[in-house]
Amino acid sequence: MFYRRAGIRHTTYRSERQLWPLPFDRTLVALIFALLVVAPLLVGDLYLAGYLLPWVIWSTAALGLNFLMGGAGQIHLGYGAVMAIGAYTSVHLVRAGTPLEIAMIGGGLASAAIGIVFGAAALRVKGLYLAMATLAMQYIVDFVISHVPAISGGTQATIQVPPVRFLGVPVVGNAATYYMALAVGTIVTLFMLNIKRTSLGRALAAVREKDYAAEVIGVGTLRYKLLAFWISSFIGGVVGAVLAVCYLRSVSPDQFHIELSIQLVAMVIVGGLGSILGSFFGAALILFAPIVFNNIIGGLSDALALPISTDLRAHVPLVLYGALIIGFLLWEPLGLAKIYANVRDYFLVWPFRHARR
Amino acid sequence: MDFFLLGELAINGALVGLMYALVAAGITLIYKTSGLANLAQGAIAMMGAYLTWAVASGLGAPMALAVVLALVMMFVVGLLIERLALRRMAGQPVIMAIMLTLGLEIMLRGLLPGVFGSAVKRLDVGIPQAPVFAGEFLINRATLYGGVISAVVIIISMLIFNSRFGVFMRAVSDDQTASWSVGIRVERAIAVAWGLAAVTATVAGILWGSNQGVDWSLSLLLIKALAIAILGGLDSIPGVLVAGLIVGVAESLATGIFDPIVGGGTRDVVASVIILLTLLIKPHGLFGREHIERV
Repeated sequence: MFYRRAGIRHTTYRSERQLWPLPFDRTLVALIFALLVVAPLLVGDLYLAGYLLPWVIWSTAALGLNFLMGGAGQIHLGYGAVMAIGAYTSVHLVRAGTPLEIAMIGGGLASAAIGIVFGAAALRVKGLYLAMATLAMQYIVDFVISHVPAISGGTQATIQVPPVRFLGVPVVGNAATYYMALAVGTIVTLFMLNIKRTSLGRALAAVREKDYAAEVIGVGTLRYKLLAFWISSFIGGVVGAVLAVCYLRSVSPDQFHIELSIQLVAMVIVGGLGSILGSFFGAALILFAPIVFNNIIGGLSDALALPISTDLRAHVPLVLYGALIIGFLLWEPLGLAKIYANVRDYFLVWPFRHARR
Repeated sequence: MDFFLLGELAINGALVGLMYALVAAGITLIYKTSGLANLAQGAIAMMGAYLTWAVASGLGAPMALAVVLALVMMFVVGLLIERLALRRMAGQPVIMAIMLTLGLEIMLRGLLPGVFGSAVKRLDVGIPQAPVFAGEFLINRATLYGGVISAVVIIISMLIFNSRFGVFMRAVSDDQTASWSVGIRVERAIAVAWGLAAVTATVAGILWGSNQGVDWSLSLLLIKALAIAILGGLDSIPGVLVAGLIVGVAESLATGIFDPIVGGGTRDVVASVIILLTLLIKPHGLFGREHIERV
């Protein structure tokens, strides 16, 4: 490790305010992005479709939820329902002959329109009620989707996604679907990275920290809360469309139940509220920890001949989500992103610890 | 739709509503003392039912003893949850504490079926199955007993609130620092509120478990309990009683009237609609105090 801040002198505000002021960070980001782009050549189809693709999609969804929970400080327990609205709207639009790009936007708009209604109901009162209203939204949207045959095609039905083209490329095969998800994920990530530097981002931060203080300095609390809801729901709707087109390939109501919402909330908390990097970490941990843990338990029970029931193994993911949420809230409320930041800060100035700011 | 069928639905719904209200009473107890909504209440009810089943069938204890043991154990569990998890969240934003209870709910929902097996367990507390006839109305005996027991437990908790200890709890809910300065042990009041909430949840869990069997779906009581707690105003025990009756009757009537039209499943969405309507029309519920936030 070398003293990476050596010789870096910012002479303009522009250079100091760039996203990654340190060349090391820039190189790291570029390297990881390059790795993600060439990933279809490097890893097998199983890993691409089974691990990387869901990771990219769920990270994007976690980013959308994190914008609301971390950026604006509003809790949302019904993000799965928001994604369901986007998924169903876009799939129906595509089936009606709309191009995929427009259908995705349409899905986002539908999610935003419905999501903002539930947000508006609860924003008159405090965050506690918002949790309840969004929980109610989850159940109501589930009910409406599965009970209106025009939307779901009946309670037990699944709707196939027809063959589609994204930006002129047919979305078939693992590589194409992966690149489509990656493209959307990149756009959302860039949006999230930059929003903090805009007036909107600063207004949201003010609302999050103290709403009446924000009101005093002239930031309309209700307006910005609703705006945050709108943007977050829009992202959720678009990600729902991506999830339907790239990963699920056929939508049915039970794919967007409360379990999905819980998964996403767990990702945001475990990753770190308000952290972009954290959303990616959180998505990776929540998606893959149950698999790894299950394999470990399975290996142990085989090796030591322990009588571990299939019931227990089937419930490992839930126990793990809950335990991770509790553990991180108690011991590291800022999540994996904070752990990464601590390690990074330590090595950033190593071995000149006195130089740490 | 004739009058008798509606009346029957309303009576049975009211009794079921009282059984929901028992879970909501715990949420209200905790909200009154510590100002946070306990999203783990459904899972705690489920845990109580699982423990009762485990003591009764695992250790072969008689049912009455098993119930008492489970109540005592769950009181301790409530104290422990407060001591080990919630107390450490003091000073954090209240939303963090709520998410902690959500994490607890998720974990218990996985842990208990995982440990005890996810198949539905039969919990027989000795309530006969034969229905009761009150004039022309046919009343489910299990819900009748359950509703009466729930009403009694809720009224007992109302009496606790009027006792000396209840005054402590109300003082704590009003202003923690001020209660501290006059010598009230704030931590103890909050801890006991958690213990009592766990006990009421356990009673509800046992009643529901004897009704529909013990499995993870008992934790779904949470959404009904939240609807009742919000409609009742979150900090009023009489409100819980009234709101429980309203939610129970509404749910039963909606199931009876709309289920044949939309093809089932109405029962689960009534609570959500009630939550949303309450927030839209009267956010502080029927009996809740309007809080004026201090700057």
